[in-house]
Amino acid sequence: MTLLQVNALSKRFGGFAALTDVSLTVRAGERLGIIGPNGSGKTTLINCICGALTPETGSIAFDGTDVTRLAAYRRTRLGIARSFQIPRPFSSMTLVDNVAVPLEYVAHRGLAGGAGIRHEAIGLLEQMGLRESADALAGTLTQVGLRKLELARALAVRPRLLILDEVMAGLSSVEVDEMLAIVFAVSQRGVTILMIEHIMRAIMRFSQRVVCLDAGRVVADAEPAAVVADPMVQRIYLGG
Amino acid sequence: MGHWHRFSLGAVAVLAAAVVATQVVDNEYFFYAGYVVLQFVVLATAWNILGGYAGYVNFGSGAFFAVGAYVAVALIKAFAAPLLVQVLAAMAVTGLMGFAVGAMTLRLRGIFFSIATVAVAVICETAVMNWGFVGGARGVAVLAPPPMLFSSTTRLLFVVMTLFALLAVAVARSIQTSWIGRGLRALRDSEEAAESLGVPTLKLKLFAATTSGALMGLAGAPFPLYMNFIEPTSAFSLNYAVSALAMPIIGGTASWIGPVIGAVLLGSVQQIVTVTVSSELNVLIVGVVLVVFVVVAPQGILGLLRRLAGRGGPQ
Amino acid sequence: MPLELLVEAILAGVLLGGFYAAVSVGLSVAFGLIDVPHIAHPAFLVLGAFGAYLLGGYGIDPLLAGVLLTPVFFLAGLALYRFYHAVFERRGSDAGLRGLAFFFGVAFIVEVALILAFGVDQRMVEAPYIGRSIALGEMRVPIRMLVAFGVALLLTGGLAVYLSRTFTGRAIKAVAQDQTALALMGADPVRIKQWAFGIATGTCALSGALLIIIGPVEPGLGRLYIGRTFCVVVLAGLGSMPGTLTAGVILGVAESVVLTSLGASWAPAVAFGLLLLVLAVRPTGLFGR
Repeated sequence: MTLLQVNALSKRFGGFAALTDVSLTVRAGERLGIIGPNGSGKTTLINCICGALTPETGSIAFDGTDVTRLAAYRRTRLGIARSFQIPRPFSSMTLVDNVAVPLEYVAHRGLAGGAGIRHEAIGLLEQMGLRESADALAGTLTQVGLRKLELARALAVRPRLLILDEVMAGLSSVEVDEMLAIVFAVSQRGVTILMIEHIMRAIMRFSQRVVCLDAGRVVADAEPAAVVADPMVQRIYLGG
Repeated sequence: MGHWHRFSLGAVAVLAAAVVATQVVDNEYFFYAGYVVLQFVVLATAWNILGGYAGYVNFGSGAFFAVGAYVAVALIKAFAAPLLVQVLAAMAVTGLMGFAVGAMTLRLRGIFFSIATVAVAVICETAVMNWGFVGGARGVAVLAPPPMLFSSTTRLLFVVMTLFALLAVAVARSIQTSWIGRGLRALRDSEEAAESLGVPTLKLKLFAATTSGALMGLAGAPFPLYMNFIEPTSAFSLNYAVSALAMPIIGGTASWIGPVIGAVLLGSVQQIVTVTVSSELNVLIVGVVLVVFVVVAPQGILGLLRRLAGRGGPQ
Repeated sequence: MPLELLVEAILAGVLLGGFYAAVSVGLSVAFGLIDVPHIAHPAFLVLGAFGAYLLGGYGIDPLLAGVLLTPVFFLAGLALYRFYHAVFERRGSDAGLRGLAFFFGVAFIVEVALILAFGVDQRMVEAPYIGRSIALGEMRVPIRMLVAFGVALLLTGGLAVYLSRTFTGRAIKAVAQDQTALALMGADPVRIKQWAFGIATGTCALSGALLIIIGPVEPGLGRLYIGRTFCVVVLAGLGSMPGTLTAGVILGVAESVVLTSLGASWAPAVAFGLLLLVLAVRPTGLFGR
């Protein structure tokens, strides 16, 4: 069944067309990879899907509901979660509190929280291997720690659709594998995942389908092997 | 929660001490100055709910304070309304002001909210200056009814303001320790991330702005009775705007205790300095101390104390 | 209102608007282009005005004083930005709050320092073009307003040319749009922004002089100009020079018409009212990015 339907999305910034006529279908449980050179509109697309930006034309439907102009926090409550390309931790708060915020505002909304929330937050941190730093301030984490925190917070939302924006950027080979294992485990639990990445081996191993963007348009949408073999995609990536 | 028991006991003790003081202390000036310091506790605490917790800087606190005072005056002139009615009306009006300014600007970057508060301050002052019913630019005298239970109106108002200070602090504390407080802190640290994690950032900001505005009106409502007179220049004095900002920053913006520390310290210093030195120098000192703290000790006195005690950073 | 009066008000407003554009140009650069929450800009204008007053005591023409003080203000701007950047632009979450509070404190200190140095009385300067007017048809136009308008054209025009024709100027516009790209091209964004802030502060010397040419000045005047300068900068569309001139004229005309029809007591509220209107309706301004 279709979980996310993006139709003819266009977004401009002044005279610059960041997205032109982008359409995308994501099925429930799917693992979709999104690739494309810098400036091709990947993050803009994510921002439109999540509600950080409003497109000029086109529509976005999540599980049948039109969310095109819905406030971002409401989309999160419907089940869309994301991580940011450059991590945005709540630096003055502890890791536990960082994860507690989405728990309080989404998963446990309307219920009395207290100890249950802290317990669940620590559980999520444990899954990411951040248990020891649970009561440390988020501002003190390393780069890879920050990315894991991003992921923990996104998972706290109990999402049906998880969007990862270059969550492996700048990580070492070992760390990439670690992250990939975590993301695979999330996918096994039935969460639909959209992964934007530059690291090709991660995309190839992870995705069931790959979409390639270039200059704001979709130029390829097929299984990983087919996309990589597509001469247009090769030209975009290897220059020409 | 256990810590509310301690807080309530402390609050009752403070109130009792205030009442006892009015029966025991002879020096009238003590209550005169004490009222001003307590008033600043309310003002600083109110400011911090939006400024410290959410990160939106109000430069026009003086206007909220003065509007509270003028609503009270208008009700006195029109209906000889009792203090309670004056206070409730003042809070309603200034709360609405906070909401209105927020609704216009909290969707935009923080600096636009700040400039809007300056705008509101100037517009309010201009409007009041042209409003003859409350005396306009010349001001108007306010007669206080003879105080019940206390030997002077000043002593009565001293106790009243103590109550208001405790109320303001209780509100700030309950916001801070609740899920609302966590949401505000999250949106202060990263509004984008908070919104994407399900925090209704605009609603929370509007809530903080409304509450902050209402509490500033609370601080201003008894002012006409206290002064027996009101006129725009002193009511809208820049000192309120700067102090409301400086006191939480000096005390520490992370917790409700910070504005209290800042208000008590700076307020007392101001009372002493105004008496002994010129009032311009007084205001200059506030400005310099503000800049020094903002640069050198951004977490305020609370932050310094925490660092000395060995724990780093805000809670 | 009779048509003649309206036309006079509009003409006066256009000249006044030019003046408003001149005093806002620095803020267009500091806030519009490089995003510094420079609430203290009007305070520097007043500082420039008092600088002209001080040099006027030695017989120096206020415009000349403004030009002479420009390098001084430029250097001060460089230093202030270096300090601001080191302390506020890098640190974490509440840096925005503290940066704003910092400039508020600076504005405050400038105002009170001026009070202590010069007292609260109004100060004026004398010059051959102050106090005289020329006849334009049936209306009398004060020459000092023409002077201010002329300087406004020079400043906005000069800056517009600088920003589009010189390397540093274009770098300033670029840093406003994409800092990372600029760094990749080999220019240091921090140095560029520092330079821009220096220019912004430098303009305060000359436009501050305009302030005291137009009318008497006292230390608290800055507060009135917070509304006017931010109104112009926001209405213009952040960072646009032609926008600044246009927005200045719009504000000038609005204030002039209100002054003529409702009286002087409502005039200060016009700038703020217009600012709130722009923020509510079209926050990107006329020529905004």
